[in-house]
Amino acid sequence: MSKVIQLKNSRVLDPLQQRDEVSDLWFADGVVHETNPGGDVETIDCQGKWVCPGLIDTQVHLCEPGLTAKENIESGTTAAAAGGFTSVLALPGNAPPADDVNRIFWVQQRVQETAKVNVFLTGCASKGKEGKTLAPIGSMAQAGIVAVTDHQYCLQDNELMRRALEYSSMFNLPVMDRCRDLSLSTQGVMNEGYWSALLGMRGWPAMAEEIIVERDALLADNANARVHCMSISTAGSVQLIEQAKKKGIQITASVTPHHLLLTDEVVQSFDTKFKVDPPLRTPDDVAALRKGLREGIIDVLASDHHPHCSYEKEVEFDDAPFGVVGLETAVGIYLTHLVHSGVLSPLEWLALVTSNPAKLFQMDRGSLQSGAPADVTVIDPELVWKVTPESFLSKSRNSPFIGEELKGRAVRTFIAGRERWNLEEGLKDDE
Amino acid sequence: MSEWQKKDLLEIRGMELSELLTILDTARAFKDILQRPIKKVPSLRGKTVVNLFIEPSTRTRISFELAAMRLSADVVGIQKEASSFRKGETLRDTALNLQAMNADFIILRHSAAGAAHFLARELDASVINAGDGAHEHPSQALLDVFTMREKLGDLRGKKVLIIGDILYSRVARSNIFALQMLGAEVTLVGPSTLVPGVFRKLGVNVSYNLDPELEAADVIQLLRIQHERQREALFPSLGEYTRLFGLTNERFERCQPDVLIMHPGPVNRGVEIASELADGKNSVIMDQVTNGLAVRMSILYLLGGGKPMIPEPANV
Repeated sequence: MSKVIQLKNSRVLDPLQQRDEVSDLWFADGVVHETNPGGDVETIDCQGKWVCPGLIDTQVHLCEPGLTAKENIESGTTAAAAGGFTSVLALPGNAPPADDVNRIFWVQQRVQETAKVNVFLTGCASKGKEGKTLAPIGSMAQAGIVAVTDHQYCLQDNELMRRALEYSSMFNLPVMDRCRDLSLSTQGVMNEGYWSALLGMRGWPAMAEEIIVERDALLADNANARVHCMSISTAGSVQLIEQAKKKGIQITASVTPHHLLLTDEVVQSFDTKFKVDPPLRTPDDVAALRKGLREGIIDVLASDHHPHCSYEKEVEFDDAPFGVVGLETAVGIYLTHLVHSGVLSPLEWLALVTSNPAKLFQMDRGSLQSGAPADVTVIDPELVWKVTPESFLSKSRNSPFIGEELKGRAVRTFIAGRERWNLEEGLKDDE
Repeated sequence: MSEWQKKDLLEIRGMELSELLTILDTARAFKDILQRPIKKVPSLRGKTVVNLFIEPSTRTRISFELAAMRLSADVVGIQKEASSFRKGETLRDTALNLQAMNADFIILRHSAAGAAHFLARELDASVINAGDGAHEHPSQALLDVFTMREKLGDLRGKKVLIIGDILYSRVARSNIFALQMLGAEVTLVGPSTLVPGVFRKLGVNVSYNLDPELEAADVIQLLRIQHERQREALFPSLGEYTRLFGLTNERFERCQPDVLIMHPGPVNRGVEIASELADGKNSVIMDQVTNGLAVRMSILYLLGGGKPMIPEPANV
């Protein structure tokens, strides 16, 4: 019998059980227990802390294979553990794309060898992410992928998207789409509107996203399939998803911390840390996204962790790659700007990073029910801290939140009952 | 008159009115100097000016080069074709190398909006924006308002039409901001695809019908219609553009007799403007070029630490 861990005097929060009470939590043999299962007990006092199901981030670039100067499975999952995430959904890489069962096996092997948290995999929708022919979705499903996506290469061909949805539905896999009509946003680098007009920059209009959200809803309805719109950014998308859900269409959506906090006005600094895909939108869009979270229209919060080397971002705005890192700042942003500010209750917030993503992607995670895997995140909701790039465990530093003062962060992460990271000691490897 | 404080000249928006007037007044003093038989002053002796032009330009590059020479600076020019950009060196690395060779000024022309801001953050040298994508072209706007003030005096309440491809024009943006600071009333005219209505939020008028705007205009500023935009399907043909928005002889008849006709060049004769009008008595296109030299001397001189000058007698 392994050691028993007791988290004492904590505020236990579990959205799936609608549980919010001060009590103790026990785990042994990698699973959660309601009471002391008996044995050698290590007690950790969690007075004033929240004990939550291990958090899940559904949009993470681990950059391995091929782009390991930015990140690799080890550094990315270390950053996840330090950010309070016990499970990540890895988006298919680009070099080469995960469009084949052997590539999935290779990544699984590297995960086995080097990952610090649970890694769930996605596979490409089309071969080579080229948007021309379907990838072997069935074989990849048998190998264990939990979703299908070409990620930033939104399928432009409606027929192919239709087939991807129909085909994936055989395996009950959702198709994750980064909604962008390319013809409406060619060369776009920022939101089209007042600021792009003022700054003379190529616009990426809201309608380039919304036309695809609407298409996806229509195709998912016809295929009776599941579609997940990643990182929606506009008020119009929130409205379209709300309407589609009312019709019973199996459509879900995620939103990122940066789209909930920043607007296109910041681009006037021409700082490439604000170049993201989709682009930062207007204050009205931010308000609509927050309302969408509150009303349950948006299902998931995802950091969309996308590392880039400093030298890649230290270029002209037009030439810089899209994307920001997010794993190590997400919880602080969520707590400061969604929970403490009263947009969401603690349980409502947690559902968006635990039970909702677990259900969507059929992960055996996201709850503290007795017998569940003991993936646990301990949060200090009152801890005030400042975002400093030197403290990042990710290989990359491209955060739009550097210098921000945040309130609340993860202080311990447990994977299957073992402490993987804590704020004092850092990463703890297996004995 | 206040001392010049800023290291760089990046944009008109964000500039103080006093700064704008300091540049314009000092430029008048330099214009006087340029009328003399010996047109050179020692203000920047021993300083190094690098013309870093990553996008083609003739007028602006030569104008800055001459301005620097007239101030006795050492001038080197780098153009994209002859530089290590072709070998994949980044803008930042190129500029850091130039700074390591003790360049005091880097004058940057670049196709990306914000490129000059980016360099200004990275370098100790003074950065002058000589046009960044569709964002700003501050020295052009300064020479434009300099020319207008020379001909019209106070610009408060003056009506300025800017006609053409506003969406992709850095000249238009810098002019809008400079004219607004000086109290002029700006109307943008062009096809709706090149003059989106969102520009109204900048505090200017937008019109898609040129004819009714002509009569009230004190200044008509034409922008180059770029042939290469054609493939983006923003308007059907140059012929149709001229029919709807070209300054033809027939339209000129309906303008005020002393209307100023301006163009930043290069001119597409017969497209945005009838050829005779470009050379006619209302055209100040060549004055703009001459004034450009004085304005750019003023910019370099002030950024180099020169004391602001007011020529005698002050005419505005």
